[in-house]
Amino acid sequence: MPAGTLYRGREGMWSWVAHRVTGVLIFFFLFVHVLDTALVRVSPEAYDTVVATYKSPIVALLEYGLVAAILFHALNGLRVIAVDFWIKGARYQKQMLWTVVGLWVVLMIGAIYPVLGHAAREVFGS
Amino acid sequence: MSTTETTASGIGPVEGAGASAYTVDNPAPLIEPPRKRTKKSPKSTRGNFEMAAWLFMRLSGVVLVVLVIGHLLIQLVLDGGVSKIGFAFVAGRWASPFWQVWDLLMLWLAMLHGANGLRTVINDYAERPNTRLWLKGLLYTATVFTILLGTLVIFTFDPNIR
Repeated sequence: MPAGTLYRGREGMWSWVAHRVTGVLIFFFLFVHVLDTALVRVSPEAYDTVVATYKSPIVALLEYGLVAAILFHALNGLRVIAVDFWIKGARYQKQMLWTVVGLWVVLMIGAIYPVLGHAAREVFGS
Repeated sequence: MSTTETTASGIGPVEGAGASAYTVDNPAPLIEPPRKRTKKSPKSTRGNFEMAAWLFMRLSGVVLVVLVIGHLLIQLVLDGGVSKIGFAFVAGRWASPFWQVWDLLMLWLAMLHGANGLRTVINDYAERPNTRLWLKGLLYTATVFTILLGTLVIFTFDPNIR
């Protein structure tokens, strides 16, 4: 560990880094998402044209990434709340992080078909 | 190592001498706790904003877990996923006040939760006062604009626009 740093490494720091990065990414997506939804006030055609880009295979991968970021941020956020409000939260923060990671992996496997299925059918044909 | 082990009780020579030097008539000097508020210390001009912001992140976070994961299930997973989304789908959902309130609450909570998160990030990494000022100015402007735009869209949505 270099001198003069507050960063401690291990599960505590890296989950904090991941929480921060996913949070910023989700927030930037939210701006775009409110703007694209605002097109329903312009015309149905304008909205449908922009939403069509969300159905392309490449954007489907980005959507899978968005789901990944949101699920991690949500599950780890619940862990942060447990650390803050549960009396044994700090003691079990590592176990809770690995629970978060485990749940996240299971949910991400479950999200493959619903989120990426249509893209796979388009790319590989069905 | 060898010097401390010469005293049989395990008490070092300094502690041993110090403890016995103070009696009821000769008490140890009282040390004032650090940062203790006294009559002379100036009245705090800051409220509990940071504590309220901290609490808001946790309360809004719990609500957002439900709202956002429900939103993802409806938009990306159930009933054909993203393929079904279009103007007609939006019109169908916003015909119900339940989904209007859901989306409105999600918009406000997510925007405020994200804005406060980014405010923390700016506070952590932007060191020059001018940089902080401009980044926060940009953040607050974009946040207010987006919240108002989204609210306007939900309240003025017209399914028969064409």
